[in-house]
Parts: sequence; C-alpha cells; structure tokens
Amino acid sequence: MSGYQVKPGPEAFLPPSASSMGIVLPDPGEGHIEGRIVPEDEAYELAARKFLEAKVPTLFPGPLVLWHWNDNAAEKAKAIKRLAEAIPARIIPMADYRPKYPKIIPEVEINPNHPNLTIWHNKIDACIFIGVHCHQANLALKIIRGGTSCYTMAMCAQAGHEDACLSFRDASVAKIDKLTETVLRLKKEGVKSQGDEFKQFRNNYTVSYKPSYE
Amino acid sequence: MSKEKIKISEAMWDFMPPEYQDMVDRATYGNNQRSWKDIGSSKELIEQHSLCAGCPESIAFRYILASLPNPEDTVMVGSTGCTSLVFPHVAIQNIHSLFGNQNAIASGLKRALKVRFPDKIKDVVVLAGDGATVDIGLDMTMQSWFRGEMFTTICFDNELYANTGGQESGLMQKGFVSKMAPVGKLFEKVRLPEIAFESGCHYVACLTVSKPNRVEKVIRNAVLVAREFGPTYVQLYTPCILEIGKQSMEGLDEMKDAEAIGQRFVAKEYMTDNVKAFLKEQDAKDKAAKKAAKAAAAAAK
Ligand SMILES: Cc1ncc(C[n+]2csc(CCOP(=O)(O)OP(=O)(O)O)c2C)c(N)n1
Ligand code: SF4
Ligand SMILES: [Mg+2]
Repeated sequence: MSGYQVKPGPEAFLPPSASSMGIVLPDPGEGHIEGRIVPEDEAYELAARKFLEAKVPTLFPGPLVLWHWNDNAAEKAKAIKRLAEAIPARIIPMADYRPKYPKIIPEVEINPNHPNLTIWHNKIDACIFIGVHCHQANLALKIIRGGTSCYTMAMCAQAGHEDACLSFRDASVAKIDKLTETVLRLKKEGVKSQGDEFKQFRNNYTVSYKPSYE
Repeated sequence: MSKEKIKISEAMWDFMPPEYQDMVDRATYGNNQRSWKDIGSSKELIEQHSLCAGCPESIAFRYILASLPNPEDTVMVGSTGCTSLVFPHVAIQNIHSLFGNQNAIASGLKRALKVRFPDKIKDVVVLAGDGATVDIGLDMTMQSWFRGEMFTTICFDNELYANTGGQESGLMQKGFVSKMAPVGKLFEKVRLPEIAFESGCHYVACLTVSKPNRVEKVIRNAVLVAREFGPTYVQLYTPCILEIGKQSMEGLDEMKDAEAIGQRFVAKEYMTDNVKAFLKEQDAKDKAAKKAAKAAAAAAK
C-alpha cells in the first residue's frame, strides 16, 4: 500500500497525480478519505463534518448538473440546492471548461483552468465538485491541492476522484440527499456550522425568456 | 432547431453567471430568421474575441456564426493560427485540429455524425487560415475535395502566416515583402478557388468581408450545398492589419480597395448547374419564409 495521503495543500506548484502515488479508486459502496478506502457511511460523516467546520463551505456544480440535459440532471440540481441550504454553503458554478481569458469573475464562477483564483478570492476552505466531467475535475482538484489549503471533495457520478481529499462514487440524487441528511442530523446532534455569514450570490439579470419545465 | 438543447437546470438558474443566462435568453439559436443583423442586438455567439483590435477576422467570424443555418447542430473544425485564439469563446461545438489536419478531421467527423445521427442534419464547417489550408494542410484540403466529403471549408485568407509573425504563404501576392519573408514573394498567389472547383467542390466563392449580406449569403449557400451535393469552399479576404501596417480602423478600407474592379479580390463564385438550380429554388423558399415570418410578426402585433 502507498504511504501517500491526499491532503489539502499547498503541496507544490505541480503536485503529483494521486494515482501516480499509488492511490486507487473505491469500489461500489465505498468512498475514499485522503486516499484510504472507507465504507461509504464513513465518508458521508466526515464530508458533513468538514462542511460544518468550514468558514466558507462551497459547492461547485459542473456542466452535468447545471445544464438541463435530462430530467435526472435537473433533479440533481435541486438536490444540490437542498444541500446548500442545509449547510448553508455557497453555490459557485463551473458552467463550462473554456479557458476564459482575460479573466474570470471569481465571485460568481470557477474555471477548471485556474480554480485556485476562485478559492483564493472567496477564501474557500472546504468544497465539493458535483457534475464535473472526470478529466476536468481531476485537473482542477490537482491545481487546488497544489496552490491552496482548501479541503476538496468530489461527488463523482463514475468511479470517484483520487485527486480529491475525499470522494464518493456513483453519485445520484439519493446520495446527494443522504449527504444533506447527514448534515441535518449532525446539526440536530449539536454540531454547529462554523461558516461565516454570507449572502448567496444571485444575479440580478432580468429575464425575458424564462425556462419552463413542465 | 430550438432552445431545448441549451436549457439551464431550473434550480441552478439564479447561480449561473449572467453571460450564460444571456446566452440562453437572447442567443439566436432556434431563430430561423437569424442573420448578421442580429449582431449587436441579440446575444452574439462570440463572447469576446482575442484577436488584435480591429482585425477583420473578428468581424468575419461574427458574420459566419450569424449565417450558419443550423448552429445547434453544427460542428466547426479549426486549426492553429489567429482563428484558433477565438474558438474557445465561440458558443458552437468546435474541435481544434493539429495544424493542417483540419480537413482530414472534418472528413472523419462528418462521416461519424452521419452514422451516429442518421435522421438529423449535422453540418461540419472547417475554418482555418491560409497557411493551414493552402500550404501545410494542402494535401488534406485537396484530398477531402477529391473524395467528395460533404462539408464546407472556409479559409481566412490574410495572405501570410499571421500568428507566427508574418511568413510567406501560398496565398500571398507576388512581390509582397513581410517581416519574416524579406526577399519578397517570387511567384503568383495560388489560385485556390479555381483549383477547388476543378478538384470537386460544388460551390466555391471568394470575396472580402466588407459586405455582411454577401458573406451571409455565401456561407449559407456553402453549408446548404455541402449538405446536398458535396464539398464547398469559401475564401474570405481578412487582411492582417498588423502585418500590413494598418490601423485598427483601416481594415474595412483595405478590403474595399482589394475588391475594386481589377483587384485580386473581386467577388467571384463558381458552381455546377445543378447547384445553380438548387440555390435558385432555395432563394425562393427563403423569400417565402421571410415573407411569412414578417406577416406572422405583423399579425402578432
Ligand atoms: C504542425 C504545426 N506546424 C507549425 C505550427 C506553427 N504555426 C502556428 S500558427 C502558424 C501559421 C498560421 O498561419 P495561417 O494558417 O495563415 O493562420 P493565420 O494566423 O494567418 O490566421 C504556424 C506555422 C504549428 N502550430 N503546428
Ligand atoms: S496578427 Fe493579424 S490576423 Fe492575427 S489577429 Fe492580429 S491583425 Fe488579425
Ligand atoms: Mg494566414
């Protein structure tokens, strides 16, 4: 077994990919915590605690849930909103993967090519990626681990992310909801959110075409 | 065509950066009557461009995107060069290919799309510089025409390799001296439009981008003909103002000069008789559709 641990950074300008250090992905029903394979329940418990301990807990939804590809994507989006309300956490979208130059607006978006800018700007100390395609998530997770001290998590729809400090696999609406329930249960048991007060960023864009989803 | 393809999940609408809301809200996707006139009033399909200020490629790019008949189901193939700096900002599916390989990539792509979506119209449009089209990629360009591949090739002809500092290209005019070609070009500008027609293109056009309605017509023709008949080729003069020592505002004048009678970019078109008949029919259909849309708009008021 590898002695390597997928810890929050800043690790190095170019941290090694976790898989090259011997970190393997969890099997169904499991998750990983810093590279250690654990039963999924243990991962829920720690993820919920990490969010409640954090000053700026943040959810990063990706294109797979931001865009209404199908009904399941829209349902996952609703589940993410429930999770954000339960913690409470900021929602900052990664709407696509274009290298956006000359700059991004770090209050309202995160870009996989320089995710550290969003983390630094908002002083994010715990985050979760949901609905980001594998290769872009791994790239972004590595950059965050390289240059920031943010605790990274991933709710992956496939086999999990070894480059996150904590990862679930086979993400579904039920799994996102289970994380929400774990947060609510801990709160009931007396664990208080240490998060800074914040107002969810909302655009004041005036809509002429309002999407309808009946 | 419809906005169905670019819906934002309802729960996430409020959190999306405004540019995406704007795109879903006001882009011309799904509008059958879209045209270059929408540039500036509806959401454009290029957010920002990363070219030199005033570069005619930037306005050419906008006209092309505004003229595609089927933007949601179009895949563009780009190549290295100044255009490749713009593609990351373009709200149309696109693939970057290795310099010169664009027409080979597009051939495979078009065939694969046909197998994967047999009941759908999927357009493939190559957009590359003259260096990529006529020099380093000439083999791929011409082989795709010989094979009769059903897609459109657009060449941004700025008569040199702009992105690498001004080397000589096959489309450079005879005698021209550029920064990286100080001796001056020793032979004539390659007659690619004629070569294209002889090589199997069913529709060929060569013009500047000084007149948006002309560019729109040509691009639309080229895409529609590629769907029905086979390869089409459009060569657009987009002068590199940086290399020819012009100011940002002078691109338009440069194009107007170059298309004047007797100059090298007098607008020209080549097409087969079948294509001529097809386009005539298409024009009649477009006119009828426009009239109907106008009547419907008037009735709605
Ligand atoms: C295979 C390969 N060869 C060479 C290059 C170097 N290169 C980059 S851009 C360029 C010239 C582009 O000229 P053109 O196609 O005319 O486009 P422009 O920049 O003028 O729009 C070259 C040679 C490359 N990127 N890849
Ligand atoms: S170098 Fe020339 S072609 Fe390239 S962006 Fe600048 S003006 Fe346009
Ligand atoms: Mg060129």
